[in-house]
Amino acid sequence: MDYALQQAINALQLGSIYALIALGYSLVYGVLGMINFAHGDVFMLGAFACFVLVMWIPLPLVVVLPAVMVITGLAGMLIERVAYRPLRRAPKVSAIITALGCGLVIANAVNSLSPYSQSMPRLLEDETHTLFGEVKVSSLQILITGVAVGLMVGLDFVVRKTRFGMAMRAIAQDRATVALMGVPVNRIIALTFGIGASLGGAAGVLYGLAYPVIAAPMGVLVGWKAFVAAVIGGIGNVRGAMLGGYLIGAVEVTTVAVLPSTYRDLIAYSLLLVILIFKPHGLLGRPVNQKV
Amino acid sequence: MNATSTPAGSAERAKDTVLSVRNLTVNYGDIRAVKGVSFDVRRGEIFTLIGANGAGKTSTLRALSGLCPCGGEIVLEGRALGGAAPEVIVAAGMSQVPEGRGIFGALTVAENLRLGAWIRRDREGVAADLERMFGYFPRLRERREQLAGTLSGGEQQMLAVARALMSRARVLLLDEPSMGLAPKLVKEIYAVLREINARGVTILLVEQNANLALRLADRAAVLETGEVVLSGAGAELLDHPRVREAYLG
Ligand SMILES: Nc1ncnc2c1ncn2[C@@H]1O[C@H](COP(=O)(O)OP(=O)(O)O)[C@@H](O)[C@H]1O
Ligand SMILES: [Mg+2]
Repeated sequence: MDYALQQAINALQLGSIYALIALGYSLVYGVLGMINFAHGDVFMLGAFACFVLVMWIPLPLVVVLPAVMVITGLAGMLIERVAYRPLRRAPKVSAIITALGCGLVIANAVNSLSPYSQSMPRLLEDETHTLFGEVKVSSLQILITGVAVGLMVGLDFVVRKTRFGMAMRAIAQDRATVALMGVPVNRIIALTFGIGASLGGAAGVLYGLAYPVIAAPMGVLVGWKAFVAAVIGGIGNVRGAMLGGYLIGAVEVTTVAVLPSTYRDLIAYSLLLVILIFKPHGLLGRPVNQKV
Repeated sequence: MNATSTPAGSAERAKDTVLSVRNLTVNYGDIRAVKGVSFDVRRGEIFTLIGANGAGKTSTLRALSGLCPCGGEIVLEGRALGGAAPEVIVAAGMSQVPEGRGIFGALTVAENLRLGAWIRRDREGVAADLERMFGYFPRLRERREQLAGTLSGGEQQMLAVARALMSRARVLLLDEPSMGLAPKLVKEIYAVLREINARGVTILLVEQNANLALRLADRAAVLETGEVVLSGAGAELLDHPRVREAYLG
């Protein structure tokens, strides 16, 4: 029992990180109907931006986290500008390839500057609290989960309750008609990329805190898992991305607990296939009415 | 009667012209959908553009709202708007009820209306206008927190009209608001258009339903394969042999 609870706490931390990344995929898909295949690398960029910032000036996390979110947010808007906007009328495949290209550029740039993995310095004192019996929770776990949940609640509020969120939801349905309302559609799309990327960057920081060895390939390794989470939840759906993130986190932690750890990704990806067979639009997704 | 001449831009006319369109062209690749259309809409009038399916009516309106690249001149209240972005055109005072209504089904009725007021910053004014819209269309008030996708076709058309008015547009473009609606609903919508117009909103109405539109309009033009072939007073065109034959048969 204690063991199960302990695993649940670990799953919550991992799931929070997946959920945060998955949101970025889902937001962009929501407004453009396209996957941002550079998003995993933006997440990785967030971890490295954090590393570089902290090595340069040892700032506290309350400064580093927002700074990294601004940096990756701008990177996301840049990706939108160079890879997506010029190709919006081109076949979707072209934009997807260009985004993949952006991701490869980021990954290889980081890889050339830092061909080996780096150890993230400690940003805070980690204390372990015993909840009861054998169940322990570290202050780091509380922080990571708390920050991630806070960001997700904030985003959910923005999407559901603000003017900006309203425009995002409308763009998801019919971009041309949104323009008729006087909404600057391009600006909303660019900002959506920016918000998604800043959440990905935040996830990069949290990931670096939780698993302090970072390397360029983590963009693809973790990014793909988060993408699967977004699809399982129903891509384009904000709450679906969160659900998918925690589900993948739970599946991974459970798999490692009961099977050899090499089975971890196999089970996660198989889950994707099984869920898509029964729910082709994901758990919370609805069929979108595609409009030109 | 001057039913066959295109409107002349003479000086005394230009004074009360609110929207002036000159040599408007719209191409889709090799397809020339609009081939040099010119007309003037005067302040406070209802002007209608009638034409059969494929005549270029929607393309004309999309060009006026900045949704597709076009050639020629578009002047709204003395301001050249050719090539302007849609949000600039809405802010300049012209908004559109698009063909097929373009309702955001996953948003509530109230959200659709608030989106129509996007360019405005006056919260009280927007709230007051929301009430005004519910006054025009009481059925929308009952459904204000309902998802717009659950409305009937007629209610959606009412919502589309109300949403376009939320921007405080001085010129309202409507693309076939009667499409697919029962005659009773069409009457209701047209009655509201008349009321809106009486309150000073200039209306450019595009219709296939020539009979209805010409009865409502002060002046009208007939569009055929991307060109204006006739223009004149609404009542005049209603009696014109060519219109009777082609559109009222
Ligand atoms: N997106 C498009 N691509 C290619 N041709 C188009 C497009 N939209 C309209 N057309 C063509 O342009 C012409 C005018 O269409 P449209 O403006 O929709 O006419 P209407 O609204 O009067 O029915 C038609 O021949 C139509 O087939
Ligand atoms: Mg049409």
